[in-house]
Amino acid sequence: MLRSRESWLRGLSLLGFLLVWQLAAMAVNKPLLPAPTLVLSSLWNELTGGSLLYHLGITLARVAVSFLIAMALGTALGIVMGRYRDVDAALDSLLVLALNIPALVTIILCYIWFGLTETAAVTAVALNKIPTVVVTVREGARAVDRQLMEVAGVYRVSTWRTFVQVYLPQLYPYLMAAARSGLALIWKIVLVVELLGRSNGVGFQLGTFFQFFDITGILAYTFAFAAVVLVVEAILMRPLERRLTRWRP
Amino acid sequence: MKTSLEVNIRRKIFPGTDVVAVEELMLTALPGEFVAIVGPSGAGKSTLLNIVAGLDREMDGDVQVDGQPLHADGLISARIGFVFQEPRLMPWLTVMDNLMLVLVKSTDSVERVRHLLREVGLADIEQSFPNQLSGGMQRRVSLVRAFVMRPELLLMDEPFLSLDAPTAARLRRLLLTLWGELHPTVLFVTHHLREALALADRVLFLSSSPGRVVLEVSVQLPRPRELEEARIGELHDRLLAQYPDLLSGLVEEEMRSASGITPSDNHLVSN
Repeated sequence: MLRSRESWLRGLSLLGFLLVWQLAAMAVNKPLLPAPTLVLSSLWNELTGGSLLYHLGITLARVAVSFLIAMALGTALGIVMGRYRDVDAALDSLLVLALNIPALVTIILCYIWFGLTETAAVTAVALNKIPTVVVTVREGARAVDRQLMEVAGVYRVSTWRTFVQVYLPQLYPYLMAAARSGLALIWKIVLVVELLGRSNGVGFQLGTFFQFFDITGILAYTFAFAAVVLVVEAILMRPLERRLTRWRP
Repeated sequence: MKTSLEVNIRRKIFPGTDVVAVEELMLTALPGEFVAIVGPSGAGKSTLLNIVAGLDREMDGDVQVDGQPLHADGLISARIGFVFQEPRLMPWLTVMDNLMLVLVKSTDSVERVRHLLREVGLADIEQSFPNQLSGGMQRRVSLVRAFVMRPELLLMDEPFLSLDAPTAARLRRLLLTLWGELHPTVLFVTHHLREALALADRVLFLSSSPGRVVLEVSVQLPRPRELEEARIGELHDRLLAQYPDLLSGLVEEEMRSASGITPSDNHLVSN
């Protein structure tokens, strides 16, 4: 009952927002603030006849690749730093430095050093994300239960099985946290990377719309993009998290 | 399957200190023998088991099975089952997966796991997660885990500590049943003299720090034995009268601890 009431409230606030927007657009009556109906019809046109799906697909692919690279490298480094004090001591200040370099600096430097290439784009995004993954996973690696590792040792469980069935599950909550915040960050950085040095993708399209002051187009793409993020959260992240934590009472 | 064990620890120092945990601790176990080790807190009982299990390698001494070093080149040359004070099950694995974890995959594995689960009365929980089980059930699973890989050597570190009396009694009975099938050589650490006498072929007494064997008693009462039986009580009292200095501290600890394995609990023991 509470649940249905909550979803009512959710829907109601969204509806109210659209209504206010529509009224404001009608009052202003200028292309600077297109009405939601206009944005939706533009979105429909882009979807059916335009190139929205193509650009969205390109952006999604970049997000996926740089996300996977950042998670893999960040996890590996985080585990090593959490496990070995010497490595941690040696790399910690570099990590703090990397955490505080503005995303824009990494992006510009990558483009200058590697050219306006796909590799440069993906590298720039991954580099921005790796340090935060390291910090989160390192925390998890430090909290690993030695008693459970001893069980695997005494019973001569193979290294691989120990890693997958005893060690890694202890990191799942940390990996999920890193993945969540990682996606949120990477979505945003990928658009900047595309705006600055790619000739396709959502970021590139937004840049084009910006030059023509095509606010309807910008909002239509934003809608599409937000919808994709919500879908990824609903069909990928949440089921994954449920699966990984189903043993919790 | 049966394995003799020879432990010879010349000196073991707690890491980072100069406190001697164990000194000149020597013990042997015959193939298939059930040896209980009792001693007050701080006698290095857990340290001893960790050394035999290869979890603790920073010491001066050696451990041999059948005349061969047990730990060579970082490998352990015998199958060791270890029942810890805590159940230590992986919370994210089902009971079945927890047990399969310690097995090298082979065809009879699943059948053997099911057989043992049935034997300890847990046939219907193989797909449950440890958090869904009671404490006593978790202990039973951890007991099964120690037997499922057909151990040659079984190490037990106060496995029935802080359990209520009926549960502890049931687990002791299960332990003896499982032990009777394979007859691994057992080192059973406890600070309950009665428990040691009820279970073991031979009981070794350790002094407190540094721990070393100060007394050895062989228990020649036929099995099955129950903790609360009169003959165990008699043996217990006789030892106490014979070695008051050695054992009084031990018994005080036993009285203080909440495990409640006292004869008055006799009527509670069922199932």
